[in-house]
Amino acid sequence: MMHRIRSFESHCERLFRDAKIDGAMHLCAGQEAVAVGVCSVMTDADALSFTYRSHGWALARGISPVSLFAECMGRRSGVSKGRGGSKHIGDWSRRILPSNAIVAAGVPLAAGVALATKSLGEPGISVVAFGDGAVNQGVLHETMTMAALWQLPVLFVCENNQYAELTPTMVMQPVARIADRAAASGIPAVRCDGMDVEAVRSAAREACARIRADGGPVFLEAETYRYSGHMTGDPQKYRTTEEVDRWRTRDAIARLEDRLVEAGVPHGALSEVRESETTAVEAAAIQAALEETPEPAEIWESAPSWSRATR
Amino acid sequence: MVASHTIVNEQLETVTSTYAQALNAALSQEMRRDARVTLIGEDIGIGGVYTVTQGLHDEFGEHRVIDTPISEAGFVGIAAGAAVAGLRPVVELMFADFALVAADQLLNQIPKLQLLSAGRYDLPITIRTQQGISGGGGPQHSQSLESLFAHVPGFAVALPYSAADAKGLLTSAIRMNEPTIVIEHKALYFRRGEVPVGDYAVPFGQAAVLRHGTDVTLVAYSQAVGWCLQAAEFLAERYGISAEVIDLRTIVPLDIESVVTSVRSTNAVVVVQEAGGMASIASEIIAQLHEKCWSDLLTPARRVCGLDIPVPYSRPLERYWLPSVQDVVDAAREAVESK
Repeated sequence: MMHRIRSFESHCERLFRDAKIDGAMHLCAGQEAVAVGVCSVMTDADALSFTYRSHGWALARGISPVSLFAECMGRRSGVSKGRGGSKHIGDWSRRILPSNAIVAAGVPLAAGVALATKSLGEPGISVVAFGDGAVNQGVLHETMTMAALWQLPVLFVCENNQYAELTPTMVMQPVARIADRAAASGIPAVRCDGMDVEAVRSAAREACARIRADGGPVFLEAETYRYSGHMTGDPQKYRTTEEVDRWRTRDAIARLEDRLVEAGVPHGALSEVRESETTAVEAAAIQAALEETPEPAEIWESAPSWSRATR
Repeated sequence: MVASHTIVNEQLETVTSTYAQALNAALSQEMRRDARVTLIGEDIGIGGVYTVTQGLHDEFGEHRVIDTPISEAGFVGIAAGAAVAGLRPVVELMFADFALVAADQLLNQIPKLQLLSAGRYDLPITIRTQQGISGGGGPQHSQSLESLFAHVPGFAVALPYSAADAKGLLTSAIRMNEPTIVIEHKALYFRRGEVPVGDYAVPFGQAAVLRHGTDVTLVAYSQAVGWCLQAAEFLAERYGISAEVIDLRTIVPLDIESVVTSVRSTNAVVVVQEAGGMASIASEIIAQLHEKCWSDLLTPARRVCGLDIPVPYSRPLERYWLPSVQDVVDAAREAVESK
């Protein structure tokens, strides 16, 4: 899965350069371990809310590369029928809320799903992923307060990728550790190495078990790093290539592969996985490019009946 | 010749109750009817500032009448998420002014939520709030903000005037599967009217002609309907002018056809609202009348609105800020006399 995401992101970069994808895109290469580790312990009954840096979570939660590419390319067969693009990936049939392009805005939505789940006596928890920048949004703290007061089954996942858009995270954080900010709402918090998929998986498994047993929320901070800029075309004047290279030595995919080799998995098996994933992603990109774009009149399809169909 | 202020079918059994009691009846009936209807808001457990939720906490308990911290953005978003996942939340925003604290959830999130998902879902969230002037609220507790919610597409918007409509429109709102906002008026809460007992729903998008007339059409919603009815009475008695009064009841959807039909016979129109006129519902109605029946207007369309400045506190200033019945009478006379 991490290969799938890495490969998806590199195709996106190329498609954007070739003007096959519009707007600005926010890539997650480097952060794969967080989405993959957390999603690996989620059940079908669990809901997800996430952000505009959406591709890793969407793929890890089971959305197909072809429908994700199609959405990025504005095709009718895209996961949001071309209404959202890369920033807005949603599929409620998998309990995936639309990923959000407003920082922290998806947090209360996830808690609301948890409230309904609890109130209707249904199984499942809500997982909400957000970046380090979201920790400075009021609505996150409002939601943490209510989640704690009402003991809602929510896993708050902070993907600390070291930069809040173009600003180093710690310049804008009044405390040394982001996870400490959950203490203000009385929410238990844990930290993990977000460049290590096994560490994320084990921390998430423990957090989810606690939520399922006790009902109340848990806050998980995963320290990670994005290799790309904040958005496509970001000149990244705020960091050095040396810094990026330093983080690349902790690369989650390479570390997992090293561990597997040590455990006796043959190199051939690993490269087979990589090749099959990259080939499948490439085929998906080609397929999506062949999909149809929507007809203008389709704009009315999901509009309320009372919308004025005139200019 | 004054038509009933409410437009209750005469065969329905009615009871005299206040606007606030009528809203309370809609809430309790819908909560009994559907266990998914859940109230969320500040201080609603003890009945709310205007007593609209009185008694509901006792009957339905803390899981159906959920008191929140003062965190409008948070609880509006939570209610929206709950609506996606199967509840039918009715959110109370204590003052419309506080809606601006939750503006991201109300304008960026809720209206877009249904658009951005492969698996479709209903979004049965109702926002209840109240607005307007009722004496000394000052600039952050007196605003009329309906045009914001009409402008950003995504909400169906009701502004009931009569107690019967308060019940009927709120009932419809709760039953609709799209986001709705019911904007009440704080000066109407303790006004009495005849309200149908039992199940009573007024559909969105149907204006009511509250008084028939032949010389000029007065169009309004919410509290301004009362000013128009008084003005019509005065115009008839004092000047022999026959004014038709239309209560729009909802502004999204907007029943412009009822207004057009009226204007085709009166050939003159005055739109009356408490909100300031800039980029407002009155602007929209007049623009649509010009598109649809320009040639039927024998005199320019007029509007009587609040002032385009923040609402002041001091009574004489506040009084001056608000449109008056006399303003409506003057505009209607001017319209009729210049035809």
